[in-house]
Formats: sequence, C-alpha cells, structure tokens
Amino acid sequence: MSAITTPIAQTPGTWSLPYRSKVGMACLIIAESAIFTIFVVAYLYYAGKSMTGPTPREVLETPIFYTICLLSSSLTIHFASRLLERGSRGAFLGFWFLTILLGGLFLFGTGREWHRLIYGHGLTISTNLFGTTYYSLVGLHAFHVTVGLILLSAVFLFGLAGRVGREQSARVEVLSMYWHFVDGVWIVVFTVVYILGR
Amino acid sequence: MSSDAMTIRAAGAAGRPWVEAVQDWITTVDHKRLGILYILYALLFLLIGGLEAIVIRIQLMRPHNDFVSPQVFNRMFTMHGTTMIFFVIMPVMFGFANYLVPLMIGARDMAFPRLNAFSFWLTAFGGLLLYFSFLGGSGLYGAGNAPDVGWWAYAPLTSRAFSPGHSADYWTIAVLVSGFGSIGTATNIIATILSMRCPGMTLSRMPLMAWMTLVMSGLVLISISPLSAAQIMLLVDRYLGGHFFDTQAGGSATLWMHFFWIFGHPEVYILVIPAFAFASEIIPVFSRKPIFGYPVMVAATVSIGFISMSVWAHHMFTIGMSAASNTFFVLTTMAIAVPTGIKIFNWLGTMWGGKIQFKTPMLFSIAFLFQFLIAGLTGVMLGTAPFNWQLSGSYFVVAHFHYVIVGAILFCIFGAIYYWYPKITGRMLNERLGKLHFWLFVVGFHLTFDPMHIPGVLGMPRRIYTYEPGRGWDSWNVIVSVGAFIQGIATLLFLANLVLSYFKGRKAGSDPWDAWTLEWSVSSPPPVYNFAVIPAVRSRRPLWDQKHPEDPDSRYE
Repeated sequence: MSAITTPIAQTPGTWSLPYRSKVGMACLIIAESAIFTIFVVAYLYYAGKSMTGPTPREVLETPIFYTICLLSSSLTIHFASRLLERGSRGAFLGFWFLTILLGGLFLFGTGREWHRLIYGHGLTISTNLFGTTYYSLVGLHAFHVTVGLILLSAVFLFGLAGRVGREQSARVEVLSMYWHFVDGVWIVVFTVVYILGR
Repeated sequence: MSSDAMTIRAAGAAGRPWVEAVQDWITTVDHKRLGILYILYALLFLLIGGLEAIVIRIQLMRPHNDFVSPQVFNRMFTMHGTTMIFFVIMPVMFGFANYLVPLMIGARDMAFPRLNAFSFWLTAFGGLLLYFSFLGGSGLYGAGNAPDVGWWAYAPLTSRAFSPGHSADYWTIAVLVSGFGSIGTATNIIATILSMRCPGMTLSRMPLMAWMTLVMSGLVLISISPLSAAQIMLLVDRYLGGHFFDTQAGGSATLWMHFFWIFGHPEVYILVIPAFAFASEIIPVFSRKPIFGYPVMVAATVSIGFISMSVWAHHMFTIGMSAASNTFFVLTTMAIAVPTGIKIFNWLGTMWGGKIQFKTPMLFSIAFLFQFLIAGLTGVMLGTAPFNWQLSGSYFVVAHFHYVIVGAILFCIFGAIYYWYPKITGRMLNERLGKLHFWLFVVGFHLTFDPMHIPGVLGMPRRIYTYEPGRGWDSWNVIVSVGAFIQGIATLLFLANLVLSYFKGRKAGSDPWDAWTLEWSVSSPPPVYNFAVIPAVRSRRPLWDQKHPEDPDSRYE
C-alpha cells in the first residue's frame, strides 16, 4: 500500500508543459491552413473554367527569382533565431534584416506581376474566373507576407533599440514559425498556380 | 467641488461609483468575468432568437395567416437560425469553457487573457452588427432590410441581383467577425489546456469537460475557417465583382454549398460536444459514481471530431451527386452513430447502480439522454440517401435538427446553468422554480417537436410563410405553435429564476453538490486569483481524494 504515498511528479523541474505561445501559433497556423485549403480548392476547381480570356497559359510567367528570395528567407530567419539563442545579437540583427529584405523583394515581385497583368493584359479580379481565383489566392498569400513583414520590422526596430536579447529568443522563435508557414504556403500556391493551373 | 464631494460620498457609501464598475467589466481580461459576459450576452440573444421563433410560429399557426408579410417571415427564419447558432449557443459554450476550464485544470487564467477579451468583443460586435441590419440594411438602394437568405445563404441568393442593398453583407460580415472571435477563443482554450495545467494534471486525469472542450476547439480551428474563407469569397463577389459563386460567368453555386457544409456539419459537433461535456460532469455527480469508461469517452469524443469532418455532403443528397459520393457520405454518417452510441451507453453505465439524485441539473441531463437518442435516430434516417431524397427540405428535417439543438444542446445548457450557477454567483437557483421550468419546458418541447415530424412526412416544406388549408397540416401546426408558447413561458420562468435567485437565493458555499472537480475547491464566487496555492493533483477526482484521504482515487489509477 505504499502506492498511496508515492509522490507524483510535481516539483517544478519535472512538470514541464509546452510553451503556450508556440501552441497558440500552431493553432493559428492550423486555422490559416484551413482557409488556404479552401482557396486552393476553389482555384483548382475553377481552373480552365473561365468563359473569357485571358487564360493562365497566355499571361502567367513563373516568378522563379522571387520564389527563391522568399524560400531563402526561411533559411535566414532560421539562422537569425539560432544566433539569438546563442546570444550573438549583432549577427541576429543582420540575418533578421536580410529576411525582411528578401520578404520585401518577394512582395515587390508580386506587385510587379500584378501591375503587368492589370495594365499589360487587362486582367483584373472581375475579368473572369481565373482573375477572381488568382488575385484572391495570391493576394491572400501576399497579405500574409505583408503582416509578417510588419511583425518582422517591429522586432527589427526593437532590436536596433537593443531590446531583443537571448531572453526573447523563444518569442522570436514563435514569429519565425509564422514566417516558415507563409513560405510553406507559397510552395503550395506556386505549385497550384504556376504548375498545375496552367 | 460639490461633485467631488459627492463622488467621495458615493464611493464611501456604495463601494464604488457605477461607471467604475462598468469600466471594470468592459476592460476586464479575467477569464471568469469574460465567461460571465459570454453567457449573459448569449442569454440576451436567446431571448431575441426565441422571439423570432414565436413570430414564425404565430404566422404558421393557421393556413393563410397574415401576421407577418412573406418578406418579414424570410428575415425571421434567417435571423432566428443565425442568431441561435452563432450568437447563442457558441457564445454560451465559450462562456462556460472560459469560466470553467482554467478552474478545472488548476490554472490562474487562460493562456492569453487579452486575446480572450479581444475574441469576446469581436463576437459581441458581430452580434450587434447583425442586428444593426434592421436599421442599416437598406443601404443606398433602399431595398432589403435584415438578411433574408436563410442561415446557410445559398448562392445565387446572396448575389447582388437577388440581394440588393446591404442585408446579405451584414450577414456575411457579422458571421465573419464573430468567426474570427471563435478562432481566437479556440486558440486560447487549446493553449490553456496544453500549457497551463497544474502539476499532476496529466491529460489522462483532466476532467472530461476539459477534454471535450479541447476537441471542440480543435474543430473550431478546422471548420470555422472554411466558412470564413467562403465568406471572404462572397465579399469579393459582392464588392469587387468576383465570380466565385456567379453562375453566369462559370462560377458554381454548388461550391458554396460544399464550403458551407464543410463548416456546417462539424459546427453541429462544435455545439454538441460541449453539451456532452456538461452531461459528463453532471451525470456522475448526481449518480454519486465516477464516470463510466473515461478513456472510452475520450476516444469516442476524438473520433467524433475526426469523423464529423467527412460527413458534410449528407446535407446535399438532393443536389444530385454521383452514386459513389452518395454512398461515401451515407457510410460516414452511419459511422458517426457508433462513437455517439458509445457515449450514450457510458452515461447510462454511470447512472446504472448509482444513488441518483433528481436535482434540476440531473433532470435536464436525463431528458437530454432520451431526446438525444431520438434525435440521433432521425439523424440516421435522414443520413440514408433515398430516405433523404424524400424528406430533405421538409419539416421533418426542421424537427430533427431542433431535436438536436433544443432537445440535446439547450437542455444541457440549462442543466449546466443550474449546476454551475451556485459557483458563479455564490447562490443556489430556486429548486422549485427550476423543477417547474424543467417540466414546463419538457412538455413544451415535446408538444412542439414531436408532432413537427408529421407535417414533414406529409410533405410540408420548410421556409414557407403560409400554406393551403386541408392538406392535413393544419392541426399539427396548431399543436406545434402551442408547444412553442409553452417553451417561451418556461424560458421566461427560467430567466426570472436567474434574477430572483441572484438576490434571494440560498447561499451556496463552495461545494453545494459534493462534487469532485477542482472548481468546487475554491469559494463561490471564486477569488480573482482562483487558487491561493496552485493545487497538485493525483487522480481524476482531486476533491474526492481530499475528502476521503482514507480511500483516494489515486490508489486505483
């Protein structure tokens, strides 16, 4: 009957639970994934069903360079948060800024493509089903990149003010989860829009 | 000067000036206060939604009635459905989750208190926005008023051509905004349950309420978001000239149906799983036995969560899907009856051989068991595609889902309010009024929704504002309406009980039901900080262990 008195794990050292902000971000990512899934389904369902032109085959150009920018920003943010964990704040800020730069470059690429489509080919969100689904899906992603850039820039400004140190590395890690998610979504959007949808 | 003196005197006399109290409630980030706000807000909308139901029933009481115009009738059933689902049941469930989950798992507050307040106010303003449509829905066109597209807002009814003005936009934006609120709260609940449990509160020792709320929150994340996505598409269509649901330009009305029901069916489980949670807390306490088959209950809840995401198209058998899809959705629908049946047996197993105390919360839970069984059986009937082809869109369907939403969910909500009211306010609800409320409501419920199946079988379509005499529907509709009035009276009685008992009720003490979960270990109402010392837990019934140190549960787990 010694079982009753067996102490359970209750000293703070042995009772550890996941970091709540990570769980929260994971939840947000799950919900966002569901939203993107619906937009992707709509894109694929309507692919080739436009009743008037222009069609994706005629007007889309694969944005290889800007895709490489966005995907490599996942690497730079990963290095940045590793560096912060080790306490090298200067290197962290450098890689963090590089991430913002690459993300901004990607957003610029999207803007250029939209400008070309709207003014060069007359494709707007109300032209046909392709326009509706393309601008919604790519626009939703670009919106998420924009939100990410605002958050990254906020951290960068705090970093310049010397307020981001090793003790914030767990929080920075949460933000980098979001950024990885945005990049991952782009792989799906890229595949759907520029490969399958053509 | 004089006003200063007055404020000081008021502060001295009545504690604090009332504006300060109001400000406290508006700016609060305390999970208990937000929980109460959620519940009060839902009760207000319950009254409004109930009033709309009464208008519908007066109109349908006799053939060729002209109590309201067809247009107003359409608005009434749209607003009734939208209100009851999004602004009554979901807030009430979030309210209880907010209030109880941190107390049950021994936490100081939710994981993100400010996100919690933000989510509540999103939901609250969503509801206000929906009802503002009565004033602002006309828009520039001078057409339309409150939304009248039905609560599932099928395309192309929501297109500019059929919904001019802003009524459909109010519906879309109100539900979108409250949907964001729901996603925020669900995130918060999941983070709280996974990251804030007190020492010893392993997942397998959590109260079933916490488990079921966890599953429900997961469902919110996965299934509210598709609705949000579809509503963004609808807004693109209506404001930017998109063609998602515009059949003239190659868009598809069926796609909206799929998107809506991908949300819509899991939504049923988002609403009913917390109801299961209430029953799983109440039935053991009033049977004086621990819950029967705890692990199986958890497994059944999780599998209901999974299966519920693959059954949506059983709402769409009549649109003409392929034989393969029909078969798939029939089979998944049948499959979900299995874990649900397991739960019913577990609740019965809990009561079996127990010393049952027929207090009001228990009465509501027992009625829930019977009514949920019947609702499940008509659900299995409707889940069979050929039967569904005959009865889809009839009053049989209306009777079925009201059996679920009123007979199961609302009964559990009433039970939960009777059970936890003493914890929240510190006073007991009047038991005699409670029993009267219960019996009146049971009679009203069965008078309304049992006969409602029959005009459905006889061919009465839903959503018609009136009908020809002599089709065999007349007397049934009178009975249904009388039942609705009785339910209305019972609900008013319940609200009166809430108010009266708040002032006159018997003092509850911290543990009036001799229960076993942690929320009963603190005073009623609980202090702002919840627990003076964060508790450590050794079994599924920590309070039992505390009360019976000679025979604690931890010995058997």
